[in-house]
Amino acid sequence: MINDAAFSDPARERRIFAGRLLISVVLVFVTGLVVMARYVDLQLTRHEDFATHSDNNRVHVRPATPSRGLIYDHNGELLADNRPTYILTIVRERSDDLDELLTTIGGLIDISDNDIKRFEKSLKRRKPYEQTPLKYDLTEQERGILAVNGYLLDGAEVSARLMRFYPNGELFGHVIGYVGRINERESQAIDSVKYSGTDSIGKIGLEKFYEPQLLGEVGSEHVETNARGRVMRVLENIDPQPGNNLTLYLDSRLQRVAHKAFKDERGALVAIDVKTGGILAMVSAPGYDPNLFASGISQRNYNSLLNSPDRPLFDRAIRGQYPPGSTIKPLFGLIGLHSNTITMDYAIDDPGFFVMEGIERPWRDHNSKRGGHGRGVDLAEAIIESCDVFFYKMSIKTGIDLLSSYSEQFGLGRITGIDLPGERPGIMPSRQWKKGARGQSWFNGDTINTSIGQGFMLATPLQLAVMSARIASRGKMVTPKLVKSIDGEILASSEASELLEINSDHWDYVHRAMSDVVHSTRGTAKGISKGLSYKIAGKTGTAQVISIKAEEEYDSSKIDKSQWDHALFVAFAPAEDPQIAIGLIVENGEHGSSAAAPIARLVMDVYMKMKAGSHQTAVAEVIN
Amino acid sequence: MLRDDFVRRMESPGGDKRRSRSLHIDLPLLFILISLCGVGLLVLYSASGQNLFYVKRQALLMLVGFGAMFGVAQFPMRFWERWSFLFYAIGLMSLLAVLFFGVGAKGAQRWLDLGFTRFQPSELMKVAVPMMVSAYLGKRYIPPSFSHVLAVLIITFIPVLLIVRQPDLGTALLIFASGFFVIFLAGLRKRYLLTAFILALAAIPTLWMFVMRDYQKQRVLTLLSPEDDKLGAGWNIIQSTTAIGSGGWSGKGWTLGTQSQLNFLPESHTDFIIAVLAEEFGLVGVMTLCALYALLIGRCLVIALNSQSQFGRLIAGSLSLTFFTYIFVNMSMVSGILPVVGVPLPFISYGGTAIVTLFLGFGILMAISTEPKRIRIDL
Repeated sequence: MINDAAFSDPARERRIFAGRLLISVVLVFVTGLVVMARYVDLQLTRHEDFATHSDNNRVHVRPATPSRGLIYDHNGELLADNRPTYILTIVRERSDDLDELLTTIGGLIDISDNDIKRFEKSLKRRKPYEQTPLKYDLTEQERGILAVNGYLLDGAEVSARLMRFYPNGELFGHVIGYVGRINERESQAIDSVKYSGTDSIGKIGLEKFYEPQLLGEVGSEHVETNARGRVMRVLENIDPQPGNNLTLYLDSRLQRVAHKAFKDERGALVAIDVKTGGILAMVSAPGYDPNLFASGISQRNYNSLLNSPDRPLFDRAIRGQYPPGSTIKPLFGLIGLHSNTITMDYAIDDPGFFVMEGIERPWRDHNSKRGGHGRGVDLAEAIIESCDVFFYKMSIKTGIDLLSSYSEQFGLGRITGIDLPGERPGIMPSRQWKKGARGQSWFNGDTINTSIGQGFMLATPLQLAVMSARIASRGKMVTPKLVKSIDGEILASSEASELLEINSDHWDYVHRAMSDVVHSTRGTAKGISKGLSYKIAGKTGTAQVISIKAEEEYDSSKIDKSQWDHALFVAFAPAEDPQIAIGLIVENGEHGSSAAAPIARLVMDVYMKMKAGSHQTAVAEVIN
Repeated sequence: MLRDDFVRRMESPGGDKRRSRSLHIDLPLLFILISLCGVGLLVLYSASGQNLFYVKRQALLMLVGFGAMFGVAQFPMRFWERWSFLFYAIGLMSLLAVLFFGVGAKGAQRWLDLGFTRFQPSELMKVAVPMMVSAYLGKRYIPPSFSHVLAVLIITFIPVLLIVRQPDLGTALLIFASGFFVIFLAGLRKRYLLTAFILALAAIPTLWMFVMRDYQKQRVLTLLSPEDDKLGAGWNIIQSTTAIGSGGWSGKGWTLGTQSQLNFLPESHTDFIIAVLAEEFGLVGVMTLCALYALLIGRCLVIALNSQSQFGRLIAGSLSLTFFTYIFVNMSMVSGILPVVGVPLPFISYGGTAIVTLFLGFGILMAISTEPKRIRIDL
C-alpha cells in the first residue's frame, strides 16, 4: 500500500477543507433558516389556530343532568322520586377490543343477553365518546368487583345516575306513567341540547304530559381531559336547574282505598273534587308497576304485560270506552225537563216493553221483572228504579238533537281536557255523527237505544265522573285536572263558569231522584245506604257486552264471565252540598248496584271521614 | 507516547487556559454542553410528566457521558487515527451479531444483550464510520480519486445496509451522512457530487419499492397529508404541530403545556421533546435552544478548521455536520416538514446509549482542540 501521506500537501488540504467547510456552513445556515421559518410560521403566524385546536383537544363540555321534578300527592307524599343508581357504561373509543372487554366484564359480573342486546342497540345510536350503558342498577357487590378489577377494564366506567323511582309501584302506575329511554322516534322530535344530560323521557301519564316542566334545564361542565379522555379538572360549571315539582290533587289514601276496592276485578274509577275539578283518585285496574319501565323493562316482562288478557297496560280510566248504560238517565231526564219536552208531572204506563209504530220488534225494559214498572211512572221513578221504557218514550219526544247537544256540554262525546296524554273522546251519537261515521241516516230506533246509554254511545269512566260532577255542581263547567300546583304555584283554577242556565227546580228534582236511587227503598242502589251518615246521590248502570235478542233472557250462568255485563255507577256526595263526584266501571261486574256502587261508597266514606278530620282511622278501617 | 507527553509538557507551561488544555478540556465547548444538558433536564422534567426518575437517569447518563468525553479527549489523535480500523471492525462485527443474536422491540432488532447492559452497535458506528473514513482519506491524496471514493462507499455502505436490515432507517441515513460529510469535506470532485445527486434521485423509486417497509412509506404519506389519518399515523404530527403552534411567542409556561401534560403529544420525552419545549417556552425557547446549538456547531467548526491534521479536520467537520443533521432532522420531523424517523434531539431527548455516543463524539472534538502544536521544521 502506498502511503499518500508522504506526498501530502498540508496547505492544499487545509485550503480545500476550508472551502468545503464554507459551503457546508452556508448549507447549514440555509437549512437551519428553513426550520426556523417553520417554527416561526407555526408559533407566530398560525398561533391562533393551533391555540384553538389545543383547547378543543383538552376542553370538553359535558352535560350536567338536571334532577327531574318530583311528583307529590295532595298531602305531600312522594309519588315519583329520583333514586341514585349505579350503571356500568362503556365508551367505545376507549376500548381497544370491545369483544374482549365484554367477555372480561361477563366473567366478573352477571351480564344477561338482554343487557348485551340493549347495549348493542344503543351502541349504534350513540355519539362518539359517549358513555353507552351496559348494565343498570349495579349492586354494591358488583360495584366492588368492578372497582377492584378496574385496571382490566379500559373503556368501562361505573357512574352514578339518578333513576326515576315510584315508591307506590302499581298504585299510581296509570296516572303518573313512567319515564323510559328515549327511542329513535322521540330522539328526532326532541331538542337534543335539552336532553343532552339524560337518556330518559316521560313516556306516558303525567310524566309525559308535564315532560317540559319536569325535565329541568341541563347544565354544563367544562372539563379538561387528557388524551385518554380522563377528566383532569373541572374548568367551569353551569349548574343544571332541577325540574319543577308537581303537586297533585290526588290523595294517595283515597287512591289506595279505591285501588284495593277493585280486588281482582277489572275496571276503573275516577273521583273528582266537585268544587275544583281536581282528580282525587284515578284507578285503572289492574295496573302495572311503572318501576319496571323506569329501569328498562325486559322484553319478556313487557310481552307478558302486553299479552295479559286483563290488559294491565290499558288505562281504562281515560281510554276505556264503554256504553254508559243507565248512568246517563239523570242527565237525559234533566235535558227533557230543561227542553220542556217533558214536565215533572209527565208519567207513562210501563208494560215492560216499548213498541214503536212501524217496527215489529219491541224494546224490552231491562230493569224490571216481567210486567214492567207499572202505571204512572214519572221521571223520578224512572231514575230511581231505572225504568227503560220511560226513557224510550221520552227520547222520542225530546229527539236526538237536543239530547246530543246538551250531553256534549256535560262532557260526553268529547275529550274532557284532563292533563294526561291519550284521553279518548267516547261517542255521543248524533245525526251528523252517524252520517260521518256510518254513512247512514239517523233512525228513531237509534234514539231509543241511545236513551238508555246503549247503541252507539260510548263514554270513558273519566267522562262519567265529569258528567256526574257537572250535575252535582248544578251545571258548573267542572274541568278535571290532576296537577294542583307546579313548584308551589297553584294553577289557575277553572272554577266554575256556568255551563248552562237550568231551572233550579229541575236541579232539585233530579238531585232528589238520584239521592233516592240510594236512599229510597225502591232505589237500585239501596244496598249501599246502610249505615250512611251522609247522603249519596247516584245512578247505577249496566252495559251490555253482547247483544241479547229481545225474546231471549240474559242469564249470566250460561255465558262466559268475559261476556257478562259491565257494571257502572255514577255518584256524588253529600247530596245536599256535593264535594266529590265519582264515575266508575267494573268490567263484567254484571250489576251496577252490586258490583260498582259499593266501591263508590267505600271511597266516599273515606273521603267524608278525611274531610271530617278523622281520616287516619278511616283509612285504617278500610284498608284492614 | 512518551515523546508526546514530553512535547505536550513543553508546550503547556501552566496558566488557567493552559491547565485546561493540559487536561484536554475545551472550555467553550464544555460550557455550551453543560448549558444544553441543563436545558435538556429542565425540559425533560416537564416532558416526562414531572417524573424525577427520568430526570435522574438522564442526569446520570449525562455524567457518564461527560466522563466518557474526558476519557476520550485524553488520547492523542494519532491513537484514534491508528486504531480507527479496529473500532470500525468491532462495530461491524457487533452489527452482524445483532443480525443473528440481537434483541429488540416493536419489530426492530437493534440491541445486543451483554448481560449487564444492552448495547446498540449502530450507536457506536455513528462515531466509528466517520472516524474510519477520515482515517482512510486523511492519509490519501486529495481530492479523492475514484478508487478512494469507491473504498469510502464500501466502508460506509456495509454498516448502513446492516442497519437498514434491523430496520433503523433513521440511524442508517445519519451514518451514511456522516461518511458522506467526510468525503465531501475532503474535497470530493464536483462531478462525483453531481453523479451522486443523480444516483440518489434515481434511487428514490427503488428505495420506495424494494427497501422501505410499509410503516416507513406510511410515515412519508402521512407527512404529505396528516389529516387523512387523524387518529392513526397522522395523530403524532397533528398533535406535535398543535403543541408547537399553541406555544406562541412566549409559551404556556414550564410544566403548563396542555398538549404534553395531558398526553396528547406522543413520545413527548423522547423524539418529540422539542414540541414540549416549543409549547411551554414558545418561540423564545426554541430560539434560545437553537442559539446554543449554533454556538456549539460554530465552536466545533472552529476546532475543525484549526485542527493540525487532515484526519482531525475531517472527523471534526463530519461530526459537527452530523450533529447539525440530527437537530435538523429532528426539528423538521416534529414540526412536520420531514417524515417521522426515529432521530432524537441531541442533549434534550431522553435516551441512554445515544447520549453517551454524543459525548464520545465531543470527546474526539476536545482531543482535537487540545492537541499540542506540532513542531514544524521548515526546510
